[in-house]
Amino acid sequence: MLDKLQQLGAATIASVQGFGRAALMVFGALWGRPRFVKAWPLYIKQFYVVGVLSLLIIVVSGLFIGMVLALQGYTVLSKFGAEQMLGPLVALSLLRELGPVVTALLFAGRAGSALTAEIGLMKATEQLSGMEMMAVDPLRRVIAPRFWAGVVCMPLLALIFNAVGILGGHLVGVDWLGVDAGGYWSAMQANVDLQEDVLNGVIKSMVFAFLVTVIALHKGFDAVPTSEGISQATTQTVVTASLAVLGFDFVLTAVMFGG
Amino acid sequence: MTTRKLEILVGAFVALAIAALLLLAMKVANTGVTGSDQSYKLYAKFDNIGGLKVRSPVKVGGVVVGRVASIQLDPEAFQPVVTLEINSSYSNFPETSSLSILTSGLLGEQYIGLQPGFVDENVEILADGDYIEDTKAAIVLEELIGQFLFNRGNQ
Amino acid sequence: MGNTVAEPLVNIQNLIFRRGERVIYDDMSMQFSRGKVTAIMGPSGIGKTTLLRLIGGQLKPDSGHIWFDGVDIPALGRNDLYQARKKMSMLFQSGALFSDMSVFDNVAFPIREHTKLPEEIIRMMVLMKLEAVGLRGARDLMPGELSGGMARRAALARAIALDPQLIMYDEPFAGQDPISMGVIVRLIRSLNDALGLTSIVVSHDVGEVMSIADYVYVVAERRVIGHGTPQQLREHDSPLVQQFLQGLADGPVPFHFKAADYAGELMELKD
Repeated sequence: MLDKLQQLGAATIASVQGFGRAALMVFGALWGRPRFVKAWPLYIKQFYVVGVLSLLIIVVSGLFIGMVLALQGYTVLSKFGAEQMLGPLVALSLLRELGPVVTALLFAGRAGSALTAEIGLMKATEQLSGMEMMAVDPLRRVIAPRFWAGVVCMPLLALIFNAVGILGGHLVGVDWLGVDAGGYWSAMQANVDLQEDVLNGVIKSMVFAFLVTVIALHKGFDAVPTSEGISQATTQTVVTASLAVLGFDFVLTAVMFGG
Repeated sequence: MTTRKLEILVGAFVALAIAALLLLAMKVANTGVTGSDQSYKLYAKFDNIGGLKVRSPVKVGGVVVGRVASIQLDPEAFQPVVTLEINSSYSNFPETSSLSILTSGLLGEQYIGLQPGFVDENVEILADGDYIEDTKAAIVLEELIGQFLFNRGNQ
Repeated sequence: MGNTVAEPLVNIQNLIFRRGERVIYDDMSMQFSRGKVTAIMGPSGIGKTTLLRLIGGQLKPDSGHIWFDGVDIPALGRNDLYQARKKMSMLFQSGALFSDMSVFDNVAFPIREHTKLPEEIIRMMVLMKLEAVGLRGARDLMPGELSGGMARRAALARAIALDPQLIMYDEPFAGQDPISMGVIVRLIRSLNDALGLTSIVVSHDVGEVMSIADYVYVVAERRVIGHGTPQQLREHDSPLVQQFLQGLADGPVPFHFKAADYAGELMELKD
C-alpha cells in the first residue's frame, strides 16, 4: 500500500520535473533577441524538413478522410432525404475536429518522432555538448528553429488538410454520388461560420502545434543518450503527444463549442 | 545554392496554405453577415421562442439580413426578449414590421421571419435599440396536436 | 626552468564535486601552466571527463574555485561564461562533429558563429586549420565518411579554429590504431608549441601521455595521488602511482572486487 503510494508520488514528482525542464528549455530557446537574419538558412531548413516533407502524408490523408466522410455521411443523410446537408457535414467535421486533431496526430508521428530522434542522437554523439563548449547555445541554435518550424507549420498543414478534405468530399459527394454541386457549396456556406468554425479550428491546431512540438523537442533534449534511450524517447513522443492532443481537444471543444 | 531551393519549396508550401485558407474563408464559410461595427440592434418580446437559438438567422423573404445576438428572459413579465443584430445595409424597416418564428422544412432549424410593414407619414423607421411590437410566437408541435385533438373531441 | 613566473592559465582550488550521494572529487587542487601540455591520468571511472566539463562550466562544483585566465568559472553568469568559453575548446572523445555538415562547414562553424568575417577569409582560415591536421583534401567529405582517426583530426581542426588559449583533449588516444595514435600524439605536441596553446590531456594511455606531457597529475580515489614531470613520476615512491604507471594487475588497487574469504566461501557449500 505504502509502496503504491510512493510510486504515485515518485511518478508525480518526475512528471512535474519534466514539465519544469520542458518550460526551461522553451524559455531558454526563446529568451532574448532571435537572430533571424543570421540564422535564416537554419530556419528555412527546418521549415522544409518539418513542413514541406510532411505535406504528402497530410494531403493524402486529408483527401481520403474527406472522401470517407462524404461516403459515410451520404448513407445516413440520404435516409432522411437530407443529402444537401452533406457539404456542412463534411466541412464542419473537418474544420472543427478532424482537421486539427488528425493533422496533429500525423504530425506527431511524422515530424515529432523525427525531431526527437534527431536531437536525441545529437545529444548522444556529444554534438550538443560540443556546441556548448564552442560557446554556441544549443537551445537557440538547435531548439529554437525547430520550435518555430513546428509551431508555424502545423496550423498551415491543418489548413491544407481541411481544404483537401473538403475537395475530397466534393469528389465523392458531387462527382460520384450525385449531390448537387451548387447545393454542396451553398449549404456549406450557410452553415459554416468563419469565426466560429474556421478560426476556432485554427486556434485548436495552434495549441496542438505548441504541444506536439514542445513534447517532441523536450523528449529528445532530455533523452538518455544511448540507443535504447533514444528509441524510448521517440516512442514516448508519439504516445505523449497523441494523448496530450486528444485530452486538450476535449477541453478546447468543451470551451469553444460546448456552451 | 541549396538554400535557394529550400526557400522556393518552403515558399510554395506557405502559398499552398494561404490558398487553402482563402478557399476556406471565401468558398466554405459565410464571412458573417454581422460585423459588430456594421450592424444595429433591434429587440423583440415573444410569448414563446420554441427552438430558437443564438446565431439563428433573421430572414426577409428568405434573404438573411441578420442574426439573433442573444436571448434573455424579462424578469418581470417572464417573457423571452430576443436581441437581433441586423446588417446596417438593411436599415429602413418601418416600425409596423412584424416578426414570427418559423421553421425551415419539417425538421429544420428555426429562424426569425421579418415581415416588413406598411409605410406612411406617421410610421417611423426602426433604429438601433427599438422594440418590434408585433411578434408571433413559435408554433409548438405538441400544443398544435393537442388543439387539433381537442377540436375533434368537440365535434 | 622558471615555471612559477607566470600564473597558471587554469587553477583549480579545493574542488569538491558530488554526483548525488557519490563524491567524485574531494578537496582537489591542480594547476595548469601556460604553454604546457599537462596530462591527467587515472583509472577508468574516476570522472576525468567530468573534470573537463567542470572547467568548461557545463557542470557546477559543490564548492571550490576554478580560475581560468583570471575569472572564476563556477561564479560566472551565462553571458560571461559564454565569453570565457570562446577562449577554450574541447576535443570530445567521439569528435562530436555535426553530422549534417561537411568537414569544411564543421571547421567553419565556430568562425561563422562568432565572427562576421567575409566568406573568403573564412575559407582561408578553414583551409589553414585543415592543412595543419593534414585533412585539406577531405574538406568536402561528410563526417560519416571519415574514419575514426580522421574524424578526431577534423574535430581537432574545428577546436583550434578560433585560436583558443586552452584546448582540452578527452581521451584522444582511445580506440585508435597505432598509426593514427602516433599522428595525434604528434599533433597535440606540435599544435601546442606552434600556436602557443595550453593543453590538458585526459587519458589512461600511459606510454603516449608520458611521451608528450610536460607535467602529469595522477588522479585516483577522489583526489590527486601524485604529480610531477614524467621523470619525477617514474621515480615516485607511491605504490599506487607505480601500479598505475606499470599497469600491474594487482597492488594497492586490488584485482579482486571486495569479497569474503575465498577458501571460506568454497567450504560453505559442503554444509
